[in-house]
Amino acid sequence: MTTANQTAIAKYKNSFLKEVEANVEEGHWVRMCMQCGVCAGSCPLGNAWAHPPQEIFMMIRAGKREEVLGSDAMWMCTSCYNCIVRCPRKLPITHIMHGLANYAHRLGLAPKGQPTQATATLFWNNLIKKGRVNELTFSLALYFKDGFVQGIKNALNMQAVGLGLMKAKRLNPMEILGGHGVKDQSGLQAMIAKAREIEDRKKGFAK
Amino acid sequence: MAKKEYAFYPGCSSQKGASASNYLTSVNAMCDKLDVTLTEIPDWNCCGASIGYAEGGELPRLALSARNFALAETHMPGKQMVATCAACWLAQREVKERIDHSEVLLKETNEALAAAGLQYQGTTPIRHMVEVLVEDLGYDALKQPVVKPLEGIKFAGYVGCQTNRPFGIAGESFENPVYLDKLVETVGGEAVPYDQKVTCCGGALAFSEPEKSQKQIRDIVESAYDHGAEMIVTPCPLCQANVEIYQSEINKKQGTKFSMPVLYYSQLMTVAYGGSAKEAGLDGQLIKATRLEEIAKK
Repeated sequence: MTTANQTAIAKYKNSFLKEVEANVEEGHWVRMCMQCGVCAGSCPLGNAWAHPPQEIFMMIRAGKREEVLGSDAMWMCTSCYNCIVRCPRKLPITHIMHGLANYAHRLGLAPKGQPTQATATLFWNNLIKKGRVNELTFSLALYFKDGFVQGIKNALNMQAVGLGLMKAKRLNPMEILGGHGVKDQSGLQAMIAKAREIEDRKKGFAK
Repeated sequence: MAKKEYAFYPGCSSQKGASASNYLTSVNAMCDKLDVTLTEIPDWNCCGASIGYAEGGELPRLALSARNFALAETHMPGKQMVATCAACWLAQREVKERIDHSEVLLKETNEALAAAGLQYQGTTPIRHMVEVLVEDLGYDALKQPVVKPLEGIKFAGYVGCQTNRPFGIAGESFENPVYLDKLVETVGGEAVPYDQKVTCCGGALAFSEPEKSQKQIRDIVESAYDHGAEMIVTPCPLCQANVEIYQSEINKKQGTKFSMPVLYYSQLMTVAYGGSAKEAGLDGQLIKATRLEEIAKK
């Protein structure tokens, strides 16, 4: 268990709702949910998750901390924003789901090996390295995230697609040498580090 | 037509050798014909896209987009910022809304930006290229340069998610936006009725949850066939990539025989405006848009 997790449990022991309101992006909206379920019916991946948004919100209010933060529900969000535009109470549901996913991940409570969580981490690390996404190294990192043998299998599986994209000049093998990036990489990285430092201090992640 | 000038935010996928490079090729050709000048924002960075939140959290993500605004404000004061990518536009707009409405987040974002020697002022709006076309120019002006109307070609206008929700194009409905159909008709094509117009393609989950995403893509392509469309047209780079690239995977796994070209609106317009297949980026299609190539050659 991470230190941040222990600190959060001690601080908010009687109210997971207060914890979510304080630490989760847009979490202060959770209490506004009226349990109508339009979000659940609007989600393209609605049948793929154990708990639709309105259930997650009620579980937060019922103090089901471990069940919520350990759920794979919010990792099914495709960022389609159907739930946001249809919510009769105008809750920014997509952002709350994103916020919960990030919070669970930062506390070390996201389901182990959750594929979207792993993909998101690879994506973020790729983009902050040079300030712009390198699609080639990102794809390769994705293929090889479950080890070398699986990586070769994945790469072979997608070989035709990869070659097709290269032929269409939409995937450049030379990107492996570094590829596109911003000029002020040190400034960008200092900015991200500062933002992370402020957020960590605010949300209890600071070591 | 008066010349229009914007601070341009191309986004990662539009760069040379990246997955939507042909989108940018066609946008450049289209803008040439419309006398629209796009001047790239110096040293712009990635917006974090729709999956950056999970590792990046809130403030680092706000800082990314705020840096782009700050660069536009510093180097191109008074110019509106324009994005061609749905996710870039959405991320920038979300961040602007968030920090413009919170003194705390504004202060913290600027504290982070200061580490890069920059400051966010909030003076530059962010627009999508479609807004430039339909609002700043208007359908009548978009019709004027048409020299090769796309007569007889049936298109399924696939709007997708992020140019449609949560912000969308002003005056359009979330459930049945019509601007894309109108753009198709403006250049002489036929927009078929299409019930998967605003269905999600799976977005970034195409990478992490391929089966779930490919189920969405199958619906999107199948419905285009069902309505008699020959091609799909979209304003979003991730929609284009997902819906085109994974058709072969779906064919392999599910025995379908999908071969539906997926184009950008800007490619249709470039061809209708007399541009070559190359200028329209048609050489970037994995599934060739043969009839458009023929019209471009005429």
